[in-house]
Amino acid sequence: MNSPSSQSKNNKMVVKLLAIVVGMFGFGFALVPLYDVLCDALGINGKTSDVAAVYESVEIDESRLITVDFITRSNTGMPWEFRAETRQVKVHPGQLNQVDFYVRNPAKTAIVGQAVPSVSPGPAAIYMNKTECFCFEQQTLQAGEELLMPMQFYVDPQLPEDITYFTVQYTLYNVTASADVVAMN
Amino acid sequence: MTTATENTHTDDHHDDGHHEHHIPPGIKRWLYTTNHKDIGTLYLWFAFIMFLIGGAMAMVIRAELFQPGLQIVDPNFFNQMTTVHGLIMVFGAVMPAFTGLANWLVPMMIGAPDMALPRMNNWSFWILPFAFLILLSSLFMEGGGPAFGWTFYAPLSTTYSNDGTALFVFAVHIMGASSIMGAINVIVTIFNMRAPGMTWMKMPLFVWTWLITAFLLIAVMPVLAGAVTMVLTDKFFGTSFFDAAGGGDPVMFQHIFWFFGHPEVYIMILPAFGIISQIIPTFARKPLFGYASMVYATASIALLSFIVWAHHMFTTGMPVAAELFFMFATMLISVPTGVKVFNWVATMWRGSMTFEVPMLFAIAFIVLFTIGGLSGLMLAIVPVDFQYHDTYFVVAHFHYVLVTGAIFSIMAAVYYWLPKWTGKMFHIGLAKWHFWCSLVSVNVLFFPMHFVGLAGMPRRIPDYALQFADFNKWISIGGFAFGLSQLIFLALLIKACKKQGEPVSAQVWEGAEGLEWEIPSPAPYHSFETPPVVK
Repeated sequence: MNSPSSQSKNNKMVVKLLAIVVGMFGFGFALVPLYDVLCDALGINGKTSDVAAVYESVEIDESRLITVDFITRSNTGMPWEFRAETRQVKVHPGQLNQVDFYVRNPAKTAIVGQAVPSVSPGPAAIYMNKTECFCFEQQTLQAGEELLMPMQFYVDPQLPEDITYFTVQYTLYNVTASADVVAMN
Repeated sequence: MTTATENTHTDDHHDDGHHEHHIPPGIKRWLYTTNHKDIGTLYLWFAFIMFLIGGAMAMVIRAELFQPGLQIVDPNFFNQMTTVHGLIMVFGAVMPAFTGLANWLVPMMIGAPDMALPRMNNWSFWILPFAFLILLSSLFMEGGGPAFGWTFYAPLSTTYSNDGTALFVFAVHIMGASSIMGAINVIVTIFNMRAPGMTWMKMPLFVWTWLITAFLLIAVMPVLAGAVTMVLTDKFFGTSFFDAAGGGDPVMFQHIFWFFGHPEVYIMILPAFGIISQIIPTFARKPLFGYASMVYATASIALLSFIVWAHHMFTTGMPVAAELFFMFATMLISVPTGVKVFNWVATMWRGSMTFEVPMLFAIAFIVLFTIGGLSGLMLAIVPVDFQYHDTYFVVAHFHYVLVTGAIFSIMAAVYYWLPKWTGKMFHIGLAKWHFWCSLVSVNVLFFPMHFVGLAGMPRRIPDYALQFADFNKWISIGGFAFGLSQLIFLALLIKACKKQGEPVSAQVWEGAEGLEWEIPSPAPYHSFETPPVVK
């Protein structure tokens, strides 16, 4: 039915098509870094930078006053008490501010926590520059231990005129299980 | 289209001895078969059995929703039913049915003796029953089967799912491998095995639409495989693709899933467009209006399907610019789709129409698919989507395009080509009963869903507010009636497989044109061993 020449023609085509399949499987995974890069560049998913900003020769814009709200939440499976000592601040763009966050571990065992920030509306996220934040690293609290965690930030003076108010939410996750794995390694 | 052939004497070749094949008896014939007709039959029966199993799950869903309150199943089992119903209908019924039709018809339509890769063809079918055995067996295990919806959004499928998720993931891997192998086979067959003179623009539209579908399959099934793999490693191996605590993002899951998921819905409808484009000209006794525009419309739908995925996620908090882009790109798809609908109508215009059963299903397809298309257009509009999102309006929309769209087209195809496969005319009385019962009940079933959806009834819930009670009762009655109507189809198919009925000619239908109608009925086990010459 199939002559040898048509066999090799078929095989060549199968190899090419399989290459597309493998390429698209890779593309599925490439979407992960691609997504992060796009979100970072466009600041569209409310994620703030996870590295500390440097506060250097930033001009303070006295003409504007921005309201920043702080909301805290412990995720399911995270027993820590978690709150912002200041719920709302009014700041000039470019001005360095500090807000403290209180955590306490009421559990009978040590727990490792990781806070993840999210800014709403999303476009404000890239203008929220943190020079120091507990969310840059994990915290370990012994049973009953409490802690006051500082967070320093300034709002980039480049913030678009139409944004006068934004909310920063911190969600605290219990990462004890994965932290154990890292510690064992 | 002109597809006259020089010679059609395929039967003669059995005397050659050279091509004589010994067909092993019993089950071995089906296990070892590399014949495209056998494999097509296996696919079609498998799809029909899955259609009945998935349909039985829909009956459980409708029985629970017959009245408000929880009476028959508990919510967790209800969620398993909606999830597995969706998975079975998409991956077990519609997709294998189209692959079965492609196996039967593509070689006969392009004048090829078989599929290009017959051994792979055998594999791509025979791994499929195992995939669904794995999926279905998870329902009987501790904690039950998947309950996170066929879309398996993270974190429902990662943080909040049970260990049976691993079975779901492997089942989807196998289904994906099967579809990819089937698609590669179709592409290689169409590229390398067309009969002399069968140029690209002479190919029947079913072949064209399947070629484009096959490219969609090899482009997006690997992305689905990637998505389920990420769910697997997130759940069992501590990665954080979709876990915010570890730096991942659950919304990214939706982007990856719908990058597969939107082309997937065209995978389930493009072959349907091809089938309708074969049937309408036959019974209108006119060549298809705008053949070339049909080909280009199919290709443009396929290309556009890659840039509209985020219209499934308007409420995730996208930037306005992105919402506008995805809204307009989605609306743009209605242009090539409209071209197709107008071409079908123009084909029927002033034709000598008769209304044999395949034609009835094809006309019902055009009307009802258009309803589904228009509700899709409504859902594409961002501000109203915020109201319709996750309501029964969405359920109404995708059932109109998948049941009265894809499934009706498959039934139309079965009625159209069944006499060619068996050599006997099917029982026309039963077929008409099947059509009219299905047509009435499917609308009783799905049309009121628009209303309860607009009134705010959310999808995927086992209980609902009292004011939706009357409509839901009617929907359930329509559902049971539609389910029972399919048993008529089963009876008809069993009769047909027993070769009962009047013998038919090679052409079967008076207005039918194309290579498959030039070989005898029933189609001999080996056809076109010497390629025909297409003029």
